[in-house]
This record gives sequence, C-alpha cells and structure tokens, in this order.
Amino acid sequence: MSAVIESHGHDDHHHGPAKGLTRWLYTTNHKDIGSLYLWFSFAMFLIGGVMALVIRAELFQPGMQIVEPEFYNQMLTLHGLIMVFGAVMPAFVGLANWLIPMMVGAPDMALPRMNNLSFWILPFAFFILLSSLFMEGGAPNFGWTFYAPLSTTYAPPSVTFFIFSVHIMGASSIMGSINVIVTIMNMRAPGMTLMKMPLFVWSWLITAYLLIAVMPVLAGAVTMMLMDIHFGTSFFNAAGGGDPVLFQHIFWFFGHPEVYIMILPAFGIASHIIETFSRKQLFGYSSMVWAMASIAILSFVVWAHHMFTVGLPLAAELFFMWATMLIAVPTGVKVFNWVTTMFKGSITYETPMLFAIAFVVLFTIGGFSGLMLAITPADFQYHDTYFVVAHFHYVLVPGSVFSIMAAVYYWIPKWTGNMYDERLGKLHFWLSFTGVNITFFPQHFIGLAGMPRRYPDYALQFADWNAISSVGAFLFGASQILFLFIVLKTVMGGKKATPQVWEGSRGLEWTVDSPAPYHTFTTPPKVS
Amino acid sequence: MSYQKYYVPEQSKYPIYLAIALFLLVMGAAGTINDLGKTDSNSAYILYSGLAAFGVTLYFWFRAVIREHIAGLDSAQLQQSFVFGMAWFIFSEVMFFAAFFGALFYVRNFSVPWLGGEGEKGLANMLWQGFESSWPVISTPDAGSAFALADKSMSWPGWGKALMWLPLWNTIVLLSSSVTVHFAHLALKNDNKKSFNKWLGVTVALALFFVGLQALEYYEAYAHYGLTLNSGIYGSTFFMLTGFHGFHVMMGGLMLAIMLSRSVLYNHFDPHNHFGFEAASWYWHFVDVVWVMLFLFVYIL
Repeated sequence: MSAVIESHGHDDHHHGPAKGLTRWLYTTNHKDIGSLYLWFSFAMFLIGGVMALVIRAELFQPGMQIVEPEFYNQMLTLHGLIMVFGAVMPAFVGLANWLIPMMVGAPDMALPRMNNLSFWILPFAFFILLSSLFMEGGAPNFGWTFYAPLSTTYAPPSVTFFIFSVHIMGASSIMGSINVIVTIMNMRAPGMTLMKMPLFVWSWLITAYLLIAVMPVLAGAVTMMLMDIHFGTSFFNAAGGGDPVLFQHIFWFFGHPEVYIMILPAFGIASHIIETFSRKQLFGYSSMVWAMASIAILSFVVWAHHMFTVGLPLAAELFFMWATMLIAVPTGVKVFNWVTTMFKGSITYETPMLFAIAFVVLFTIGGFSGLMLAITPADFQYHDTYFVVAHFHYVLVPGSVFSIMAAVYYWIPKWTGNMYDERLGKLHFWLSFTGVNITFFPQHFIGLAGMPRRYPDYALQFADWNAISSVGAFLFGASQILFLFIVLKTVMGGKKATPQVWEGSRGLEWTVDSPAPYHTFTTPPKVS
Repeated sequence: MSYQKYYVPEQSKYPIYLAIALFLLVMGAAGTINDLGKTDSNSAYILYSGLAAFGVTLYFWFRAVIREHIAGLDSAQLQQSFVFGMAWFIFSEVMFFAAFFGALFYVRNFSVPWLGGEGEKGLANMLWQGFESSWPVISTPDAGSAFALADKSMSWPGWGKALMWLPLWNTIVLLSSSVTVHFAHLALKNDNKKSFNKWLGVTVALALFFVGLQALEYYEAYAHYGLTLNSGIYGSTFFMLTGFHGFHVMMGGLMLAIMLSRSVLYNHFDPHNHFGFEAASWYWHFVDVVWVMLFLFVYIL
C-alpha cells in the first residue's frame, strides 16, 4: 500500500514505516499487517479462482474433456480449502487488523508481535498445501470436508502434509482471534462502552470467540486422522469400535461455526456501509448485536444438519432441523434492520453501497435455500446435489466475498488517501453481479433436478444449465482482474480523499487523515 | 487517571523466525511420519532443526518481553493484555480436549452400543454379527484381524486392588501439585521468596513424578496388558486422552521450571509483579482439571 510519509525528524514516537522488505517481514504495525493479510487473501482468491475455472471448464459440457477425474478431485478439494482458509478468512482478519484499532481508538493491536506471527504462518501453511500438488499421489482429493475414510484409508500420502498445514493455519487463526478479543476488551478508548462499539467491531468480537472455540476442535479432528492413518488407532474405523460418522460430527462441530465465522464480519461491514449511504443512523443497533450473538450461540447446536442422510437417530434429525430453522429468526432481524435503515434514507449508489445492497439481497436468497435444506425430509432430495453448491456459494460469494469487496471500496480512500475510480468500480460491480448470478442461479435448477456435486461428468439433461453456469464463472473470474486493476490504480494515485471521505460516514476512523497516519491514536481519543 | 503509553515495539524479528521454525517443524514432522519404516529418509533432520529453531526463538522472544518488563516499558494496560491473552489461550486448550472427550462420549454412548446391536441404530450389528457392546471394548468388532486384542483395561479394578492401581497415585500426585503451586503463590504474595522457591520446587518435582508414573503406566499397558494404540477404540481414546494430557503436563511442568529458574537465578517476581508465574500456574490448574475429568471418564466410569 502507499507509503505514509511523515518526517518528524527525531521524534521517535511518530515516524513512518521502515524501508524495504524488512518493513513487511518484521512489522508490528496493524496497518502493515492488515495490508499483508489483504494482499495474501487476494492472491489466494485468484489461485482458488483459477481452480474453480478448471472445474467449470471441465463441466462446460458432459463427458471428460480437459482434466483427469483424479486431478478434478484435487482441484475441487484445493479450491474449497483455499477459498475458505486462504481467501475469505484472511481477508476478514486483514480488515480487522486495519479497522479495529482505529475504530476503538487504540494505538495498535494488543499483542503486535504475535499479530505478525499470525500472518506469517499463513504463507508457509499454504505453500505446504499447494506443494502437495507436486507430491507422489497428488494433492488431497477428498473434498474440503475431508470425510473419513476418504481422508484416512483411501487418502494419498500428501494427506500428512495437509494435516500439518491445517494445524498451523489453526494456530494462526487462534492467535489472531486472541489478539482481536484482547484488543477489543482491553484497548477501547475511554467512554467507548461495549454498546457504543461500531458493529464491525462487535461482529469481530463474536467471530473471534467462535474461532477460538472451534479451531482447536478442527485440530483435534485432524490429529485423530493422523493417528488413524499412521499409528493404528480406530477413531473413524468401525472395525475397531470407532465410527466414520464420528468424523463428521467432529468436523461439523467445527464446520458450522466456521461458516458463520465467514459471514458475521460481513454483517458488520454491511451495517456500516448501508448506514453511511442511506445517510441515516442504523436502525436497531442493539438488536443487531443481539442477533449476531444469538446466531453465534445457535451455530454450536446445528452441526448435524450437514449429516441428515448419514443415518442419525430420529430425535437428532428433528432437533437439528428445528435448531437450524431457529437461526432464520435472528438473521431475519438483521435483514429487516438493513432494509429499515434504507427506508426513507437519502440513498446514493456508490460502489460500496451497490455491493452492500447486492449482499443483502443475494445473501437472503442463500439464506432461503438454506432454510429449504434445513427441512430434514426435503434434504434427502437436495443432499449432495448442486442445490447445496448453489446455496453455499450464494452465501459465500455474493455474501462474504461481496462484503469484502464492498469493504475495500468503502475504506480504501482511508487506507491510501486516494478515491478509487467510481466509473470502473461500478463496472466491476455490475460484471461481478451478473457473473455470480449466471454462475450460481442455474445450479439451483440442476441440483433440484438431481445432479450430484463433486463429479467431473454428468448426465446429458444437465448440459444446458452447466454450460451457462461455466460462462458465468469465466465472466466473474475475468471481472476480478478489473478489481485488481482498480485497487492498484487507487494505490498509485487518484483524487485525494478528505478525512471523512463519505458524506454520511461516522466513527473514529473517519476522524483521522486520509491516508491514515502510520500510527493512529497513540493517545486515546475521548468518546462521548 | 494518568495515561500511560501502550508499548508497541517498532519492529521485531522473532515472529518471522518463529514462523520459519514452525514451517520446518511441520514439514519435518509430516515427512518423518510419511517416511516411517524407510531407512533413507532425511526428514527427521528437518524436524530437529525446526524444533531447535522453535525453542531458540521462543527463548529470545520471551527474554525480550521480560527485559521490556524489567525496563518498565509495559504499562498496566499492556500487562492486562497478557492476562486476557493467557485466559483465552487456555480456553482454546479446553476446546482441544473437548474434541477428544466428545469422541469418547460418542463412542461410548453411540457407536459401540450400535455396533453391538443396541439402540436406534443397532442395525450396525450386521457388520460384525455376534459382537457384544461393552466398555472398555476389550474385544474389538473385527476381533483379532485389524486390531490387536488387549488382555486388560486400565479401568477401576475394585476396592481390593485400589492401592496397587497407578491412576489413583497419579491423581494424588497431580492434585497435590495443584495445592503446592497455590502455596507457592500465597508465599509470593506474602513476599516470602524462599518459601515460594521451595513450594514451586516441590511442584516441579511432583510434575516430574507424575510423568514418571505415567510412563510406568504406559509401559505396563504395552508390556503386560497388551493394551496399545492398536487395540481398538478403547486403546485409541485411552492413549490419546492420557497422552495429550501427559504432553500438557510436560509443557506446564516446563513452564513452572522456567519460572523457578527465573526466580532462583535472577530473583524475578515480587508480590505485585509476577504474571509470568501466575500464567504458568493457571495453566497448571487447567492441566489438573483435565486430569480430574480423565480420571472420571476414562478410568472410573
């Protein structure tokens, strides 16, 4: 990002960043680390995106054309793992790093050195994961959910490297989350009570709590896998008294809170942007907080809705169905609050607002298909079809990813001091919006018609919608090159931004200069 | 209230070194495990160099933090950050054990009874007809072929043999060590460094004693009971739960030993200024609570 030039001479409290590569290697500055996270996440987004395009190219027409089925499985697995752990999660951590200290009026994150460690583990972890492509037997090929025994008895040897890579990603997430929680609990400016915190901060406080609660469970799951594969235990092997379904229980006990980890910060972002461009105060602040907390708590008791067809006792099927449907209540509160905030507002449609409105609408579509999937008897039809793929891509791409893009457009004037090119931004939005819907909406139809997910080939009757979906995917993919161009152009220069940037923006980060000085709030501001 | 500056180090080399160490450590570990049984593998050297780099970097990192503290760079607010940080770290450890206790709960209440033909999913009995559910699972469903059979479990042997039962002694040793570390804390608060060192020394000794007893128990299991990692789900849960607990005892014991050496060699810690020790003692109490759970759910029930 842009170098912040402040020459205060000998005043060692207010100097700018170090020069050269070591600035990034040794940094303890939350803004530097935030930028590292964001760039890393964008690189992973492109790598995972290319993998998605390999998948969509193969599925463009029935039959096997481009890749071997074994390689297709590896692309499928790595696409999922990279997008979840490499793209979406680090992007939110990057935003947290950039924004939370400024939003709460803190000089930096609470534990700055550990913050740097949390980031630098990630490039190594993903180097290990990607290097498995070149190992004997190929990369992991068992899907991002790595169900046993596919990931144990039938796994390629590279699974051991996958396991350790997940271990250190988990360590990075746990340290990152501890940092976020400690910063929020301990570093708020005087006067900023919990219920005065910006919603993005609230959303991250809850997300960090979820992360610390479930990343260790994932570590436990992969450890059991490691022991089953190499040391003769039988956690997931019925021959020794274990159960492959046990893996699914442990995995989804992690996995369901994990999917909320990828959406809660998006809720925070949407709240800020909608409020700003509606030029109104957010409707129902405290209900937003309580809704996020309820969603987080409920996320611990819904995991088995991913497993309705594995043979659960009836009582479990019913419990997990009702508990899952209950989540629609707090989520509905949030959606209605956003709509009510826009109601009678003086709305302008700058790029962040376009992404935020698309987020609300398309995330809601993904939420509704989620409700359909929650209905146990109906799920027996939908389970493991493209309907599920459509559902979670609707909540993750126009949900999480759109919110991240909205956040980048919204805060990039604060980060770089320059306004992005509004015309290009809108073009990027409309291309992405069109691409994402062409890609994923038809997948609802082919899923309901019975096309199973995770196969490189399919029956002829699914051909038309698959071809359309592939065209959409390439449109969406190509439009992200435009995004990269816009961001680079903004970093290089552009119309200078004012401190407040947006007419309706409020919050501490808009009280400092644009670009934000390298060190902000070395003495805490007073919040009334 | 006067405002103190929150200390943010300008730059630090330790994190990137630790990340590199961690990278070597896991690459070496994964390579070593994949190459088990091969004679021409060099992965172990990567593992050892990673471990060494990890230890050395942590040493210098902690040393830097301690020196900053002694130099008075850290404000009360920064110290509070360490307190919160340690508490949440322990919470993450709790959740790690929760995964293994959850697995134990699941196999005992669901998968093993179902394999034995009991309960709502008793249909699973068709896989190995004649398998009867019991806990501990001494004879596995696929008896004798996939998994070796144990002769005996580690469970409660009855009152008659209680005194010869190692887990009981383990419990006594570990619970006592939680008390002695508390005595050490009290002594420190009363500014009695001599008594502090004595009680902390006793705690470290008890930690070592516990690890010794645990090693003896494992030896008995492997040599005399035929109970191994390979003996089905009972062996799996038994060794993984007690093994990870034992590993945490070693980590906690190491932390306390480091605190002891800091106190003895450098006269660190005073009645109001000893969070390093306090964090280690929290960790020790946490390890102790995990043992109580283990004693209940792995050994007794």
